[in-house]
Amino acid sequence: MRKMNISKLFGAIAILLAAPLLVTAQQGESHIGNLSGRPDAGKQLYFRYCWGCHGFRGDGGGENGPYLNILPRNFVAATFKCRSTPTGTLPTDQDLYNSLVRGFDNTNMPSWITLTSQQRADLVAFIKTFSDRWKTEKAGPPIEVPAEPALTLQSIQHGKELFTKLECWKCHGPEGRGDGPSASTLTDSNDQPIRPYNFAAGSRFKCGTSNHDLYKIFMSGLDGTPMPSFADVIKPEDAWDLVHYLRTLQVTHKSPELTLWEGSKEGAEIVRAQKVSGTPTGSGVW
Amino acid sequence: MKCKSVFWGATLVLAASTFTYGLPGGGAVSGKVTYEGTPAKQKPIDMSKEPSCAKQHATPITTETVVTGPNNALENVVVYISAGAPDEGAPSQEATFTQKGCQYIPHVLAFQVNQELKVLNDDQTSHNIHPLAKINREWNKSQPPGSPPIVDKYDKMEFIPVKCNIHPWMHGTFAVLKNSHYAISADDGGFKLPNLPPGKYTVTAWHESYGDQTQDVTIAGSETKTVNFSFKAKPY
Repeated sequence: MRKMNISKLFGAIAILLAAPLLVTAQQGESHIGNLSGRPDAGKQLYFRYCWGCHGFRGDGGGENGPYLNILPRNFVAATFKCRSTPTGTLPTDQDLYNSLVRGFDNTNMPSWITLTSQQRADLVAFIKTFSDRWKTEKAGPPIEVPAEPALTLQSIQHGKELFTKLECWKCHGPEGRGDGPSASTLTDSNDQPIRPYNFAAGSRFKCGTSNHDLYKIFMSGLDGTPMPSFADVIKPEDAWDLVHYLRTLQVTHKSPELTLWEGSKEGAEIVRAQKVSGTPTGSGVW
Repeated sequence: MKCKSVFWGATLVLAASTFTYGLPGGGAVSGKVTYEGTPAKQKPIDMSKEPSCAKQHATPITTETVVTGPNNALENVVVYISAGAPDEGAPSQEATFTQKGCQYIPHVLAFQVNQELKVLNDDQTSHNIHPLAKINREWNKSQPPGSPPIVDKYDKMEFIPVKCNIHPWMHGTFAVLKNSHYAISADDGGFKLPNLPPGKYTVTAWHESYGDQTQDVTIAGSETKTVNFSFKAKPY
């Protein structure tokens, strides 16, 4: 009887000691599809591949930091540009994973397709250990993207009206060259100068390549930058019209939208004018 | 059953309101905020890029990083009880922050943790409201003319700089505070923190350009203690 009690007691102590370990292991994991990432495995990778820019503490203060034009992400602040979630909320694990796969064009962040998908999932789990926000908050509810309606000329024309009405041109410029009246004054949340996206240069968007990604970019906003969220002010059907128009601003990038637009009388004139004026960077052009 | 819960609910609400607001015979802290030296000269703002706002101002308005009044009065200083008073639940009325004439009204808005914040756009142009929170969550939302108010709240104390990226001259502050004992110095530099029960308090005065100062004060009975703050002005 007594013996049993003691063994029970030991059992209980063992469970009590192990419980917090189990809990932390679960909290720190990342889940991307069928993959589960482990922070301890991600830590090894981080201190091999990432810390040079993102720093020991994950605060973006790595030794390469001072040489970089767009500062490395500060994981302690846990503010992320590319999200499928509303502004001010944490991204999903999948969002972080996608950023690792994609890399960031026009910055020093490369694509990490050289790693295995398991390694990327492990890194996502480790990155989340830098901020306590991951302990107290969940990722925001994903922004719903309805199915893309058929592309029509009306949709592009309506998108054009929205571009003017919502004053996208204040920063992105009337032709989408990133040269609007406010463009030169923009700073990010680190008080570093930042340029609005230049559609005419046709480089990949910061957060993806598809129309679906483009939809999410202006609905979620790019937190930490001047790009706000339009989720409260654009209706879903209007948002797709804007997507279609924005594609036509990428005059050096072939797309169904650009082809259709160039096929119309109105569009052909506009695109021809956009193609000839100025340099790809938009300098010297208002 | 339902009656009973309603009764208890009402009792709770009553009890809460007596606790928060009905502190009869409480003391107070009042005083004046001033500056010494020469404050930076405020620069006129060129709003010509935004004609709908420019025409609302007969004479160009200036930046508001330091706003002064006669007799060295310093305006827009947040004076609050930083220690000695318990944390309070949020009041039911919302704090309103208005964008009008491409300016923030008020320039410094103080409200409590978890109190509802309402942001209005009275202009004929789009603004984006970008509170650069570090402790709370940073968000950034577009608000074209005629759109509904943006409603939000903050769950931690913080002084949050607010800006509009489209109109780079627009700067303001959200002062998110833990209790209801706060005031913002008026154009004569004066402030008053009423309804303070007897006790020892730390009073902090915070200014967006000059930082903060603290003073300890002890209140006995229903007396009104005078606490004055003086900030050293920086000429740049």
